[in-house]
Amino acid sequence: MQRHLISAADLTRDDAVLILDTAEEMARVADRPIKKLPTLRGRTVVNLFFEDSTRTRISFEAAEKRLSADVINFTAKGSSVSKGESLKDTAQTLEAMGVDAVVIRHSASGAPYRLATSGWIDAAVVNAGDGTHQHPTQALLDAFTMRRRLVGRDAGLGKDLDGRRITLVGDILHSRVARSNVDLLHTLGAEVTLVAPPTLLPVGVETWPCEVSYDLDSTLPKSDAVMLLRVQRERMNAAFFPTEREYSRRYGLDGDRMAKMPDHAIVMHPGPMVRGMEITAEVADSDRCTVVEQVANGVSIRMAVLYLLLGGNEPAVSHARPTEEK
Amino acid sequence: MSKTLIRGAKVLGGEPQDVLIDGTVVEAVGTNLSAEGAEVVEADGKVLLPGLVDLHTHLREPGREDSETVLTGTRAAASGGYTNVFAMANTFPVADTAGVVEQVWRLGQESGYCDVQPIGAVTVGLEGAKLAELGAMHESAAGVTVFSDDGKCVHDAVIMRRALEYVKAFNGVVAQHAQEPRLTEGAQMNEGVVSAELGLGGWPAVAEESVIARDVLLAEHVGSRVHICHLSTAGSVEIVRWAKSRGIDVTAEVTPHHLLLTDELVRSYNPVYKVNPPLRTERDVMALREALADGTIDIVATDHAPHPHEDKDCEWAAAAMGMVGLETALSVVQETMVDTGLLDWAGVADRMSFKPAKIGQATGHGRPVSAGEPANLTLVDAAYRGQVDPAGFASRSRNTPYEGRELPGRVTHTWLRGKATLVDGKLT
Repeated sequence: MQRHLISAADLTRDDAVLILDTAEEMARVADRPIKKLPTLRGRTVVNLFFEDSTRTRISFEAAEKRLSADVINFTAKGSSVSKGESLKDTAQTLEAMGVDAVVIRHSASGAPYRLATSGWIDAAVVNAGDGTHQHPTQALLDAFTMRRRLVGRDAGLGKDLDGRRITLVGDILHSRVARSNVDLLHTLGAEVTLVAPPTLLPVGVETWPCEVSYDLDSTLPKSDAVMLLRVQRERMNAAFFPTEREYSRRYGLDGDRMAKMPDHAIVMHPGPMVRGMEITAEVADSDRCTVVEQVANGVSIRMAVLYLLLGGNEPAVSHARPTEEK
Repeated sequence: MSKTLIRGAKVLGGEPQDVLIDGTVVEAVGTNLSAEGAEVVEADGKVLLPGLVDLHTHLREPGREDSETVLTGTRAAASGGYTNVFAMANTFPVADTAGVVEQVWRLGQESGYCDVQPIGAVTVGLEGAKLAELGAMHESAAGVTVFSDDGKCVHDAVIMRRALEYVKAFNGVVAQHAQEPRLTEGAQMNEGVVSAELGLGGWPAVAEESVIARDVLLAEHVGSRVHICHLSTAGSVEIVRWAKSRGIDVTAEVTPHHLLLTDELVRSYNPVYKVNPPLRTERDVMALREALADGTIDIVATDHAPHPHEDKDCEWAAAAMGMVGLETALSVVQETMVDTGLLDWAGVADRMSFKPAKIGQATGHGRPVSAGEPANLTLVDAAYRGQVDPAGFASRSRNTPYEGRELPGRVTHTWLRGKATLVDGKLT
């Protein structure tokens, strides 16, 4: 049984499908009058957030509480970290308090990996987003949302996303969501296309298991799902694109563009959305947009991950990073 | 005892010979030399080299004595076979005045393990804005000949031009850390397939190459000489090769780690591999080896960059850049250049002693192993293979990427002007 979830690339197809299937079971808990399972009673999970993220932290906290875990929330702001304490010392302090799992969000790429592999702590580590590297539970909840919409809620059990065509649009270069989704969707058999201006695509993207295009309009008619990624306005200062207006004209999704998509195709966004620039209100508020579902599904996915890492009997998550070379 | 006979040493890798040291100089080199009155060191076919010279060392004193001091750094140097090191200027305070360079120089004199020649900063505070008092540093007791803002690039073309022109007055050389600052904002590793996958900011090769291209043209324009620190890319090699073919007075160095390690190792997120310039690709490594072999790259320099444990035992982004190198340099060069057939031991002596001494005008170092020359010597057991154990390092810091890695070669003896500083692998 592997103990950590650091990267979507670490998941095998069977691991990922098991998590998605387990999340379906967890989703049923949300339909009950009492939304709680005793699974992690007596286990302590700390949410170690070195970077602001209300949405993800609350989602993990809800998942932990629905599984009856004892939850400790740690935010760096105002803590000993702001007084100069290191990640290692912070982690070891928390472990000394008997923590079973650490859900970590960090602005530094690789921080969760270091935490899991450096020997600083024994607890299971779940990556809740690290720098521009990975956000595996986001990718899982996105895949879960796609499977429910494109394959079916019950019909999807045990199945992957074989042959589905998924388009990711926007700031691929700085997006941990994009990296995670490319890895996971490929593992699940989907055909992924990245669409962005060349300035917002990473060097070496041609080696990724996906297609790359600069042209959104030609990609839309053959997409089963279009996921828009947030473009940070401060990127404009670094000359990644000329103006917000030009970006919106070339890569924003409005009603006319959405009409080019197949009737069954869905629009996704990991949030928070910048309305008007990357997505119009008309699209964001349409029935085809799954943003709210993604949030709800996030809780189910995180329940499934924590259950399988800490409470489940079946191996769910492999950890296939290369060993550290000395 | 003032005489030492080194018996049966392969001088520069040649046939076994005896070398007699008398006082501070080599008295004779030959066969069957008399051992009368001399302490005998049985070399048994070990390789005897001129004492190594490192044109690029960080000794951290003054200011970061928790990382290294002149004393601990020179002890590490003697352990690695060095008899002369050039100490980089990025200390606290910065070595940008005659006072600071003299302090470093005197500490080196007092250490007794290795000569220390301070490098002076090109600009005040390494800020790239105003030339430091280059002449005063040259005229000081330290006699500075090499100037560098290493760690920071002299990125302003006018300041670089003026520095190159100004040091001509005393045949100085400007050693450039080639890093275009805007192209490397937020950079944490080599820009490429691995950085994209790991989500770490990329340091593109062109950020190094574009500065080198500019600087060799500036050096040509003003008729000065420029030295390029730690070349790391195949493109940089091509530019230096072109510049030399054009007659430009440029020299260049490569570090041992850039001859051996690639950015694939960064997948471990282990900050021991975090260094500036970053580890590059296999293609770059091969180009650097070939360039060192054919002379395009003139010398090997360690860029010995000690950091305390806590500055490396953390997440990648928070970690300091750099790795120690004095005590492993020769082994890495043997592994990558000698054992691969790219360079013989005479070539190693050339790249690690003769030429760096010449570039830095290190008087008395980088001299032939022959009668009448200063007895600055290094004896190497080239047949040795063993795992690197940083616990035995003399350096105050242990941030080596080679822990547990098997490397060939071991320096057994070092002599500084006839005085043994290292005997059977142990510092005196």
